[in-house]
Amino acid sequence: MSDLTRMSAVELAGAIKSKQVSAVEVAQAHLDRISAVDERVHAFLHVDAEGALAAAARVDKGEVTGPLAGVPVAVKDVIATKGVPTTAASKILEGWRPPYSATIYERLQAAGTVPLGKTNMDEFAMGSSTEYSAYGPTNNPWDLGRIPGGSGGGSAAALAAYEAPLAIGTDTGGSIRQPGAVTGTVGAKPTYGGTSRYGLIAFSSSLDTPGPCARNVEDAALLHSVIGGHDVRDSTSIPQPVPDVVAAARLGATGDLTGVKLGLVKEFAGDGSEAGVTAAFRESLEALVKLGAEVVEVSCPNFQYALPAYYLIAPSECSSNLARFDGVRYGLRVGDDGNRSLEEVMSLTRDAGFGPEVKRRIILGTYALSSGYYDAYYGQAQKVRTLITRDFEKAFEQVDVLVSPTTPFVAFPFGSRTSDPYQMYLADLFTIPTNLYGGPAISVPCGLSEGLPVGFQIMAPTMADDRMYRVGAALESAVGTFTPPAL
Amino acid sequence: MTTTALPTYEDATARFEPVIGLETHVELGTQTKMFCGCRTEFGAEPNTQVCPVCLALPGALPVANRAGIEATIRIGLALNCEIATWCRMARKNYFYPDMPKNFQTSQYDEPLCTDGYVDVEFEGKQYRIGIERVHLEEDTGKTLHVGGATGRIQGATESLVDYNRAGIPLVEIVTKPVPGLGALAPEIAKAYVTELRDIIRSLGVSDVRMEQGSLRCDVNTSLNKPGEEWGTRTETKNVNSLRSVERAVRSEIIRQASLLDEGVRIIQETRHFHEDRGNTSPGRSKETATDYRYFPEPDLVPIAPDPAWVAELKAALPERPSSKRARLREEWGISEIDMQSVANAGAVELIEETIAAGASPAGARKWWMGELARRANETGIELADIGATPAQVAELQKLVDAGKLNDKLARSVLEGVVAGEGDPAAVMAARGLEVVNDEGALTAAVDEAIAANPDIAAKIREGKVAAAGALVGAVMKTTRGQADAKAVRDLILARLS
Amino acid sequence: MAAISREEVAHLARLSRLAVTEQELDQFAGQLDVILQSVARVGEVAADDIPPTSHSVPLTNVYRDDVPQPSLTQDEALSGAPDAFDGRFRVPRILDEEA
Ligand SMILES: [Mg+2]
Ligand SMILES: [Zn+2]
Repeated sequence: MSDLTRMSAVELAGAIKSKQVSAVEVAQAHLDRISAVDERVHAFLHVDAEGALAAAARVDKGEVTGPLAGVPVAVKDVIATKGVPTTAASKILEGWRPPYSATIYERLQAAGTVPLGKTNMDEFAMGSSTEYSAYGPTNNPWDLGRIPGGSGGGSAAALAAYEAPLAIGTDTGGSIRQPGAVTGTVGAKPTYGGTSRYGLIAFSSSLDTPGPCARNVEDAALLHSVIGGHDVRDSTSIPQPVPDVVAAARLGATGDLTGVKLGLVKEFAGDGSEAGVTAAFRESLEALVKLGAEVVEVSCPNFQYALPAYYLIAPSECSSNLARFDGVRYGLRVGDDGNRSLEEVMSLTRDAGFGPEVKRRIILGTYALSSGYYDAYYGQAQKVRTLITRDFEKAFEQVDVLVSPTTPFVAFPFGSRTSDPYQMYLADLFTIPTNLYGGPAISVPCGLSEGLPVGFQIMAPTMADDRMYRVGAALESAVGTFTPPAL
Repeated sequence: MTTTALPTYEDATARFEPVIGLETHVELGTQTKMFCGCRTEFGAEPNTQVCPVCLALPGALPVANRAGIEATIRIGLALNCEIATWCRMARKNYFYPDMPKNFQTSQYDEPLCTDGYVDVEFEGKQYRIGIERVHLEEDTGKTLHVGGATGRIQGATESLVDYNRAGIPLVEIVTKPVPGLGALAPEIAKAYVTELRDIIRSLGVSDVRMEQGSLRCDVNTSLNKPGEEWGTRTETKNVNSLRSVERAVRSEIIRQASLLDEGVRIIQETRHFHEDRGNTSPGRSKETATDYRYFPEPDLVPIAPDPAWVAELKAALPERPSSKRARLREEWGISEIDMQSVANAGAVELIEETIAAGASPAGARKWWMGELARRANETGIELADIGATPAQVAELQKLVDAGKLNDKLARSVLEGVVAGEGDPAAVMAARGLEVVNDEGALTAAVDEAIAANPDIAAKIREGKVAAAGALVGAVMKTTRGQADAKAVRDLILARLS
Repeated sequence: MAAISREEVAHLARLSRLAVTEQELDQFAGQLDVILQSVARVGEVAADDIPPTSHSVPLTNVYRDDVPQPSLTQDEALSGAPDAFDGRFRVPRILDEEA
């Protein structure tokens, strides 16, 4: 058997099913890899070795079967996992062990995957670099001095460092796709409502979407099919089956895109992308044209307002969602000296428990929802959301998918954008429109710029998740996958 | 602080016109909470009817209870409201420890029901109270204040929270401002809440019990001089009984009139009604109140009731309590005033069911409005919960009609029924309360009484039949009330004729 | 011109139950000002006749039946509590003005 940690999820599932290797061996190999490299990468906040080996043993005993039986998976720490520490990378939840599990976690378990542990992230998924984790940043396996993207930097880095073949992320403004792009891995944001949010610690309820992270498109599609689908515990869950994303990925891998129309958003051009990013994107586009695709320029005039609208909607919703962290029912409590009032203790707890970016967004959101400002800010942002949706719908009358670079720049060095929050927000310039619309989008590695990975984003209409997998797999077949230097 | 005496109520209402408004919260009687499957039983052990959703654990999400939506629409229809064809829930954001999410899932500018009315009768006249809105929201948990003298929040050193009640569906019913009632405002406020209670009870969606908190009322009051603009209103909370509704409005009218007399500006504030003292004291001033930062609840999708379904619900509404009362008044042959007391006692349905179970209208009314109502009053228990069912009361009346029980014995049997000793026949047997109709035993007792009272016996023999009463009394005494008084009298007269 | 003042940030922090330090206040006031000036661009869009979007899924009327589901046990409910007593969550004294 070759190095188990280098194999794809599909290969591992096949090898386990045909008993070439046991699930326990696969789990152990990944746990060993984590032991060997995670001190330097810091992808994980919690490694559940015992749980992983037990889950693997159940697969080996034939108690669980399924397309991903025995395949290890790393889970972003924003997903509630019964009995397993869940912190959302915040001090306010340090040590919390949920008495229940998220729907997607239950589906992962039912499918026989082997959860290895919980991955690092920006606190409450607010950030684009994982530098806002309360437990220290994750380092990009391509260059340990650079950010792994965010908020799901831990999940992406775990894949790039071969600590796990699959990972779960959540995408509110690009938190699956942007880390995928800067770590040379695949990250897909499903249609909003296509994957259950039950048990996903809310950042911005109308935008949050859990989704798959993998090292190749087919693996991502498989994971998507396992976690996706209707959930009665999430009122915003779409009561329809997920499109056959696995078949679409396999179709795309044949390398034929004849008749597929790719839309190039006019307004994204010249929007401050690094030259190397633009170059890699252009080359990939040409590669897709060689596979038969047609490129059409489309106009989405309201995309320019996506970033401002997002930074009103997401903070507004988060200011309300994070109100429950008050030191009463769970989590941190500070300053309870017997003299202070509840209000004081609550305020001290929240100030100590939340990091600066979380506090900034809570205050911003509280402001945007205030009675005197609601119409000008939150209300107007919701209208912009309608206009952006109309832009997408109009574009999809002309083309099958929209394409762009995933992020304007490659992985940047630590600390280079933390002093100016708005500079950090620009990392999500290309990913945010999709979240406001609710459609699916995927980031697929498409090349290198100065030795660092560049991501190619494919955006599809809502509930047409299969389209992005087809185009993504075709791109992958044309440009290949990208391997970081040895750690 | 004022040292002048308060104006009298008559004086106040002679010079000022009150405008009132009422906000009523009704806790629905659904099996489960509004947004999760936890039970809603009253009085369960603390924090045993809670789950990730109603404890607001990170990641948990709400799913709306269809029964809560339906009940809200039925209340709206019963109050003659328009039902929204599309509306949303909203988050009302403020921090309070009995509210797990630190926002209340409620409705803001898109209530489920709007623009209705309730016709209230008072002293033979009808008053139409406009309904502004009926909306759906969720209840909070319950907080126990520890360390203070009286379990009140003031002076407490810590508090203990139980979230069993958190998330139980609440329907909020808000009236339009009601001007023009003059001195009758307090009584009509009470009549409105009474009518509202009867309507909601008739829908079967809540037990609407003020003392258990399933019906709660806030009263808004303002005063203005005739011809002038409406004054600043205050909102009186903690009004926990029908009587308090009336008293709260009355005391607030007197208080505001006295301030206005002195040229003091009324401030918009929340006040608390004190049942014991019959007056209000200031709570939070609205000027410093929180900005609730309402916004549409992203975790719940819009509510768009199918008009056909709404029409069905409307067609299936029960008879309006006021028209039902008019009908029953005819059928039972009782006066308006008697019917009013039946309604006030909460006995309409109980009497109706007792008649349906075979009792005569007079017989059914007699027990419910007599013995049982007295008991309910004394113990403060709702008549419906007194411990006797309509079927049992009907059975009791049948035993009386059959001559097996007399009035006095029947009261003892009822006492046993209420005490949970079983159905009337069983109580009668167990307590040995059956009327003695046994000829031999009665004859012996009668003969004994005649022998013991020769003077009276002589009078009866002389034709003074009225004197028989004394002998009947004597017989009843020796038989411990179990004899049939009429049979005893007949026997005495037969013996002495 | 500053879009948001230091005093305003202090008020918002109090509303949000964040006992921010003076230093944080200075820092946030400056940063929020920059962010607000940028996001205020949403106001450039003429959208008077545009309906707002609160949900990106076109769903309505998602309900469950009124059927009880198992709750947590009291122990599970209190398992994460910073302080509990007699089956209840214990909290410091509540200021009267909050009532
Ligand atoms: Mg309310
Ligand atoms: Zn619950």
